Amino acid sequence: MTHTTIDKASVSAIVSKRGARPELLVQILQDIVMQHGWVSEDVIRQLATELNLSRADVHGVVNYYHDFRTSPPGRHIVKICQAEACQSMGSRELTAHARARLGTDLHGTAGDTTLEPAYCLGNCACAPAVMIDGKTLGRVDNERFDALVSAMRGAG
Amino acid sequence: MTTLVYVPRETSAVSVGADEVAVAIARHAKEAGESIELVRNGSWGASWLEPLVEVVVDDQRIAYGNIAPEDVGSLFAAGFLSGGKHARRLGPIDEIPYLIGQDRWTFWRCGLIDPLSLDDFRTHKGFAALEKAFADGHEAVLEAVAASGLRGRGGAGFPTGIKWRTVADARGTQKYIACNADEGDSGTFSDRMLIEGDPFGLIESMALAGFAVGANKGYIYLRSEYPLAHAILSRALETARHNGWLGEDIQGSGFNFDIDLHLGAGSYVCGEETAMLESLEGKKGIVRYKPPLPAFEGLFGKPTVVNNVVTLASVPNIVRLGAERYAALGVGRSKGTLAFQLAGNIKRGGLVEKPFGITLRELIEDWGGGTASGRPVKAVQVGGPLGAYLPASQLDTPMDYEAFIEIGAMIGHGGIVVFDDTADMAQQARFAMEFCALESCGKCTPCRIGSTRGVEVIDKMIANEDREANYDLLIELCDTMEDASLCAMGGMTPYPVRSVLKHFAGDFRDPAGGSK
Repeated sequence: MTHTTIDKASVSAIVSKRGARPELLVQILQDIVMQHGWVSEDVIRQLATELNLSRADVHGVVNYYHDFRTSPPGRHIVKICQAEACQSMGSRELTAHARARLGTDLHGTAGDTTLEPAYCLGNCACAPAVMIDGKTLGRVDNERFDALVSAMRGAG
Repeated sequence: MTTLVYVPRETSAVSVGADEVAVAIARHAKEAGESIELVRNGSWGASWLEPLVEVVVDDQRIAYGNIAPEDVGSLFAAGFLSGGKHARRLGPIDEIPYLIGQDRWTFWRCGLIDPLSLDDFRTHKGFAALEKAFADGHEAVLEAVAASGLRGRGGAGFPTGIKWRTVADARGTQKYIACNADEGDSGTFSDRMLIEGDPFGLIESMALAGFAVGANKGYIYLRSEYPLAHAILSRALETARHNGWLGEDIQGSGFNFDIDLHLGAGSYVCGEETAMLESLEGKKGIVRYKPPLPAFEGLFGKPTVVNNVVTLASVPNIVRLGAERYAALGVGRSKGTLAFQLAGNIKRGGLVEKPFGITLRELIEDWGGGTASGRPVKAVQVGGPLGAYLPASQLDTPMDYEAFIEIGAMIGHGGIVVFDDTADMAQQARFAMEFCALESCGKCTPCRIGSTRGVEVIDKMIANEDREANYDLLIELCDTMEDASLCAMGGMTPYPVRSVLKHFAGDFRDPAGGSK
């Protein structure tokens, strides 16, 4: 799902599917990030033209929302919940373990994997929670985390 | 004979292996030559028992809890398809104490039905309230909602009847229903559970709201952290449209109503209603000044009902069963039920719908069974990251909007996060400020700058630098944020901070898990 370049045609396809209306900018960006993993400067320029917005408008929206990465992530994305319910079940320790295991800080990428914080995955009764490549997982201790990472890499 | 087997397709259940369990059950049934129909229901809300599997035997649903994929072989060996004895057998689902003690007004279909089967929904009174509304007229709906005493379940507790009446009376022909499903508070998951377990219920609720106030268009703003809810709701919307429950002239009533589903993009403050409207308009989620209220000038400047998922979903039964029945539940000005969410360090976490008036202690001890770690409860955060941390001595506080305000706390969206005695509350106070700094929309200075200064001051206190002076500074900072912020983000971040100063001041002196 991650690409180092984002082809113009795929962005145009998303815009025409959603509709070239400024009020759909957040939805269009969400589609782009789901398909490509991030938003490039070229995409910002293209969207400004196609939606008849200023580049500053599009840039502002891209920078405002946490979901809209402005650099390409790794092939796998691991998110660890940092919010209170998970904290109460040891997410700080789990995060430290994940950083050591994956060899990167939060927001960083090591090899094929990007590590990011999440602020509540809504799985608070099965804390701590992580999300790996879009799938929410619960009751994650260090051992289970390692198994999940191995399975993720095994799955390619 | 085909045996009916239920395995939830709900985020928490799936997060601990429900999909793998479903696959294993299908495989074992095939190998054994047994004919089964696998239904992927929503969750009953007993998250601590997930994955919770049910099998229908003689019209009774027999439950088996905490099933791992590797348990499925032994389940089949024990004659699970005929309700056989097994260490994980819990008995009939309707005899499980955690569930039978609840008053399911809003969540009554969750777990019970196949969320994506319109037939199942119809069999369980689905769209009956909307049909009643078509027959009785929109005035009857507005009166019922007002008489029920229902207040906004998103956190603010504003009377829903007044909001709906205001929009109904507002000038203009274009009006909107905006459903807030940006459930960002840690410790909350009731919106998600409702969407995953009863999506048609939410669709009916929004259509009801639209019919009542004269709106023909609804928007659902769903957070992007809920991909499974998004998939389920998208399917349900398509099915409803395809079967004439959304769109033009719904079921020949002459009423037009359709719903667009929008995704959030990871911003906490977009749960604030005006920031959400900005985001729905494709912009940065920056809070608006109020007035004008969204009821007069909301989405695209038009009169808009902004309600949380659970608020909306409480309405069909109010219309169908009568406002009096709802108003008879609860205490004082907190009428009806709330879906409490037991989360964090708790043994039996999950969703517990009960009338207001139940105490925190009853929820945490009787339902929750105490902490998951087995250690003493040190603090309980109610109402998300902007809610106060309550000490064990305040557990007898009844769940009632006004009673919580009296102790400097709030019920919010009903999330209850339990911490045991290893928690370092100074770190929790710091996190409150840190989270505010991270999520502030930046429009008002007290929130944007105050939160960053708050982290710095707390760090100094933790490092024992000028503790007295920094304590006074922190109090002053909290006053400024509370009095001068534009919305609850900056205005309520001081709640958790002050509560730590008040009840857990010792953790600043003696940090790292000391429960002094």
